Amino acid sequence: MTSGAGAAASAAAVPDRRGRFGPFGGRYVPETLVAALDRLQAGVDRYLKNEDFQAEFKQELASWVGRPTALTHAPTLSRRWGADVWLKREDLAHTGAHKINNAIGQTLLAKRLGAKRIIAETGAGQHGVASAAAAARLGMPCTVYMGAVDVERQAPNVGRMKLFGATVVPVTSGDATLRVAIDEALRDWVADPESTYYSIGSAIGPHPYPYLVRELQAVIGREARAQMLERTGALPDAAFACVGGGSNAIGLFHPFLEDASVHLIGIEAGGRGAGLGDNAASLTYGTPGVLQGSYTLILQDEHGQVRETHSVSAGLDYSGVGPEHAYLLRTGRVVYEAASDADALDALVECARCEGILPAIETAHAFAGARRYAAAHPGARILIGCSGRGDKDLSILQRTVLEGLA
Amino acid sequence: MSVAPHVRISAAITAARDAGRIALVGFLTAGFPSRDRFRADLAAVAAAADVVEVGVPFSDPMADGTTIQRASFGALANGVTLPWILGEVAAVAAAGGAPILLMSYLNPLLAHGLERLPEAAAAAGVAGFIVPDLPFEERAELKGALDREGLALVQMVTPVTPPPRLERLCADARGFVYAVTMTGTTGHAAAVPDDVLAYMDRVRAASKVPVCAGFGIRSREQVTRFAGHVDGVVVGSALVETLERGEDPRAFLASLR
Repeated sequence: MTSGAGAAASAAAVPDRRGRFGPFGGRYVPETLVAALDRLQAGVDRYLKNEDFQAEFKQELASWVGRPTALTHAPTLSRRWGADVWLKREDLAHTGAHKINNAIGQTLLAKRLGAKRIIAETGAGQHGVASAAAAARLGMPCTVYMGAVDVERQAPNVGRMKLFGATVVPVTSGDATLRVAIDEALRDWVADPESTYYSIGSAIGPHPYPYLVRELQAVIGREARAQMLERTGALPDAAFACVGGGSNAIGLFHPFLEDASVHLIGIEAGGRGAGLGDNAASLTYGTPGVLQGSYTLILQDEHGQVRETHSVSAGLDYSGVGPEHAYLLRTGRVVYEAASDADALDALVECARCEGILPAIETAHAFAGARRYAAAHPGARILIGCSGRGDKDLSILQRTVLEGLA
Repeated sequence: MSVAPHVRISAAITAARDAGRIALVGFLTAGFPSRDRFRADLAAVAAAADVVEVGVPFSDPMADGTTIQRASFGALANGVTLPWILGEVAAVAAAGGAPILLMSYLNPLLAHGLERLPEAAAAAGVAGFIVPDLPFEERAELKGALDREGLALVQMVTPVTPPPRLERLCADARGFVYAVTMTGTTGHAAAVPDDVLAYMDRVRAASKVPVCAGFGIRSREQVTRFAGHVDGVVVGSALVETLERGEDPRAFLASLR
């Protein structure tokens, strides 16, 4: 078994000081934001490993978020798949997904940096809800940018954000989903870089965000690793997480990177097919380019225009991906595959019926990938990052699966 | 043609200054509002302005306000690509007139290929580039490529750029220094308070090349306020809106000074 110190040493290797994960990452932003990112970097250096900050972060994770989240054995899925299936239950975290780990961490940091307001973008609404809740908890005003299509398909989350006192701004440009919400949040930040804190919701964007979000989400993998050892006496053979921007996946995978025996497999949104515009699988189908602050793999045409994406899941419906995932794909340490809309929905229903757990549609992609792996690896011990719960998805599920169920 | 393209840009601006005028840098998005009319629009702006910026449309124009976003998306819907733009610029630049720069986000340039971009741009008569999402720290590869052809990579500075950084950004600027008038995106009209003029004076003191103020400049009153503090002003959204309304860009630019 690899020691914790070895894992920590490797974690320090990427990103470098300029935010590079191999060739990926960096900081591609207007000059107006450079000083703000320098201040953020200084804040990360000063507070992230600071004892007082960590003590407050851990206290909020324990008493407000409800950590550690459970590791749940899935006996029925195990029997059906011919595997030993374990679920890391981020769906049990406060506000219903892993997003809260990052949101409370960044809001604590924003307070220390003297910010006056929080802005955030959201796709499925989970980061918006988490940011709104964290801002309410710490007494800061919060504005959330959300694509108009997502406002419609994730209506319950819009209501929750408003109840937490946040202002929700629908964004109607482009395909009116996550990518244009990020563009609009960046424009807000450009207008007021000195007193606004942009709490980005995934391991994407300009340096130091991909690093910061990874560090705040790595609690998922640290807990899961210790829980697997405690409950089964061994590490999993494979770990699965869904990948949109990739924050829950990097959070789950990072503490396992040094464990060479553990297959790490990220599952992207395969949508309705392989064509450009039919999926949101940037690691599977994308090419290198610069989008929203970092050099990564993106879904673009031959002229460098970023293309609209399709996924049944609002949270994965994004044309880019965190630069560390592009790096881990290139080094081969993590394998990335796509699961289609249909496979994800089918896996969602199976999990709900077999285990009494309703995963988010995003999360269901990881179940679909794990099921495929189990078929090829009988008896495998499988860990699935159950990143969020599906209550928010009822309107989509009504249209897609409920009408077909008896 | 022994004069390097980046020198043609600074020379056009200083020529205006020497003639007692503030230089006008006119911006228009390539292929918007009309793809067919673009060559005529570009020629008209090149005849009236001292320097021209041609906007290469991008799907994610994060530094731009509503007007240039609309123009960018409209141009993409019109099928505008970088190779097409280079062809149109070549046709206009061949006739002489104001030096032409391309304003482009980085990704369309990466897709074209940074290796072959400088030669293609220089052959089309492009004098330089402005890349709003390429900060100083990330510019080495593109700058090295453009230097080979003597093309400018225009540096932007802002009111929130700390003074030591301002010195560094201005030190080896080419063409001109683009001094953003305010925090925020393009196109929002703003008054010109005294502290903005003081900031322009600082930029000018730090720069060996001319300084042009840009973002939100729409009126003669604003231009008059900047006179004496900068060498030129960039007019973007207001010029795009003029073209969108089908009005004469020459008359609009003339009304600014």
